[in-house]
Amino acid sequence: MTESPWEYAPAPESRDIANLKPSYRMFVGGEFTDGGGEPLKSIDPATGEVLAEVASADESDVDTAVRAARSAFDSTWSTMPGTERAKYLFRIARLIQERGRELAVLETLDNGKPIRESRDADIPTAAAHFFHHAGWADKLGHAGYGPDPRPLGVAGQVIPWNFPLLMLAWKIAPALACGNTVVLKPAETTPLSALVFAEICQQAGLPPGVVNILPGAGDIGAALVAHPGVDKVAFTGSTEVGKQIQRTVAGTGKKLTLELGGKAANIVFDDAPLDQAVEGIVNGIFFNQGHVCCAGSRLLVQESVAEELLERLRARIRTLRVGDPLDKNTDVGAINSAEQLARITELADSGDAEGAQRWTSPCPLPERGFFFAPTVFSGVQQSMRIAREEIFGPVLSVLTFRTPAEAIAKANNTPYGLSAGIWSEKGSRILWAAQQLRAGVVWANTFNRFDPTAPFGGYQESGFGREGGRAGLEAYLDV
Amino acid sequence: MAQSPSSSELSDAVRDDRSLRRFLHSLPGVDQVGLEQRAAGLATRSIKKDAKRWAIDTAISMVDLTTLEGADTEGKVRALCAKARRPDPERPDTPRVAAVCVYSDLAATAVQELDGTGVHVASVATSFPSGRAARAVKLADVEYAVAAGADEIDMVIDRGAFLAGRYGQVFDEIRAVKAVCGDAHLKVILETGELATYDNVRRASWLGLLAGGDFIKTSTGKVSPAATLPVTHLMLQAVRDWRDATGELRGVKPAGGIRNTKDAIRYLVAVHEVAGPEWLTPELFRFGASSLLNDLLMQRRTQLDGHYSGPDHVAVD
Repeated sequence: MTESPWEYAPAPESRDIANLKPSYRMFVGGEFTDGGGEPLKSIDPATGEVLAEVASADESDVDTAVRAARSAFDSTWSTMPGTERAKYLFRIARLIQERGRELAVLETLDNGKPIRESRDADIPTAAAHFFHHAGWADKLGHAGYGPDPRPLGVAGQVIPWNFPLLMLAWKIAPALACGNTVVLKPAETTPLSALVFAEICQQAGLPPGVVNILPGAGDIGAALVAHPGVDKVAFTGSTEVGKQIQRTVAGTGKKLTLELGGKAANIVFDDAPLDQAVEGIVNGIFFNQGHVCCAGSRLLVQESVAEELLERLRARIRTLRVGDPLDKNTDVGAINSAEQLARITELADSGDAEGAQRWTSPCPLPERGFFFAPTVFSGVQQSMRIAREEIFGPVLSVLTFRTPAEAIAKANNTPYGLSAGIWSEKGSRILWAAQQLRAGVVWANTFNRFDPTAPFGGYQESGFGREGGRAGLEAYLDV
Repeated sequence: MAQSPSSSELSDAVRDDRSLRRFLHSLPGVDQVGLEQRAAGLATRSIKKDAKRWAIDTAISMVDLTTLEGADTEGKVRALCAKARRPDPERPDTPRVAAVCVYSDLAATAVQELDGTGVHVASVATSFPSGRAARAVKLADVEYAVAAGADEIDMVIDRGAFLAGRYGQVFDEIRAVKAVCGDAHLKVILETGELATYDNVRRASWLGLLAGGDFIKTSTGKVSPAATLPVTHLMLQAVRDWRDATGELRGVKPAGGIRNTKDAIRYLVAVHEVAGPEWLTPELFRFGASSLLNDLLMQRRTQLDGHYSGPDHVAVD
């Protein structure tokens, strides 16, 4: 490649916009309080520096929060007319928009994702979820679950670190719209935006106890899930933890939805619009550093175009800018934690050991912080670990196929089933393939598109239940 | 076939009308949603400080300063040429533009005014902008412009023939024009606003390249929409694929509707990241524009002086 005569000057967003405080407290019963647990330190993954100290909950805090949520449920929230609940949700949505820049910078600092994505995807989509569900709050009788569906009660929600505020919105917006109250545990490494969201709840005048935020590690999540005062459990995270939760909840009568891991197949047929397929593949696996449960981490390419497609793909990946997440020109940011980086490195090394060919983008990486260069493995076989296990990082495994039937067989040969992609100019082939694929979401000629009106969820070890759209309301209604 | 072609396939493609059709229709399809999403995504690159100063100077050096009005006079062309020679008299380090682009009857005036300056003279020809005339008339138009000294010819393709599927006719005509151009560089105007689909834009781009166009150009500026970012992305992909297939470097010129520095920088980002850095030169990328230059000059001053001086500080020619 020719040396570029044009170096983009760094264009960093100011950290000050985040209004970062030295310490954050948990939010219970409408008040910020100290937790009984050992305080957590939230780290900027791009530098390794401590951003803030965050109070963490202990088991008694879980109990207090669940009681606060129960009392708010009984006294105000469940009996409030839908039109009134809608007003609160609209207010929250507008406040998220108003404080959008602050939230975007905070999210990028805490999570390591590029500001381009937190600004253009995470925060606007989070606001959209509140707007969408605000619209449902007074129309639940028209959702197809009977003329007057009732809320479940207190929802215990545990969310992951890959989209901290967006996952919070996916969980809290439908719960509140349907009349439930919430105790939410954000991920250990990314609690900050959830605690600023708590401020937004106060700003919106939300009655105390309707939303409670409890930072903490896995043990607090486990205590929340097991608490007898919780009527509904919603979890997004790893399949392993999802299985534990399912065991805990079994036989208790609690309602449960799980949104777990994935190993999505992105199938490129030989008649695909190649340049856009390359964009879709890049978006599918390098969006949010590949920290996406529905990431298109297995590329299945028809053999007749495989070489051509891979050449175009590598050329495109070389142009991805990896680095400071606060720089507006960064395409791929930092890996969320040292632990996650180690896991990605270990799985990628297994690809070498099993005989796949590794190609790594020659992009320069920052000296500090947790970074992993975009990586593509070709010559991958179905039996290899990198074709079966979720890597949750910017690592793409490329397999080939000869016939459409083989593509479907390989795509479905996974314990997961969250998402899939099809690339073809032929409409009938797209419809045929979409019917064959066992996945909760199938994208055609696009990838990683999210909308509050579209239900999202998985098959098999990717979990059950749906979030978003009319279908998503079912998880928070007594039906 | 969904692959970018080899050079032997390219020579087969132009054997006759049928093989040309088969070739053009075998090019990979274009997905509208994906293309427009990519174009919108790249348009959010933030270009500041040194990178912006470099972009402004580069954009100035890529401008084909254009006047294509029925009301054009020799006086108007002289004024434009003066501007082309010295875009900002108060700042002599300002780069010159690439060319002045006029109608063929005014080419001689421009040639006279720009003699020895290094600024090229581009003349539109072939019954610009409609392209609706007998081939002999179009060729005579080109011959006239070349004889007047124009060293760049901007031709329009016969969109009627293209949309009717008579690719061979379009191909032959570009070839014939190229033959009478002599040493003059040929820019082939596709008038993408009239081609209706992105698939057609890709086919027309390849047709222009196969027939020997030195540049492919989006528009005449007389049809809306003129240049757009997605269309320019497609044409940049075409010249990149052409380079991969043949090793030859051909140019791209968006024209019409690019009025300010911000837009121009978005196009440069596309050049940089879609075709590649080697296209960041006036030899391979041009802006067809009349009012863009003044905004570039004002922004250049803003960058150098640290404050904005306003439109009265640059000449309005």
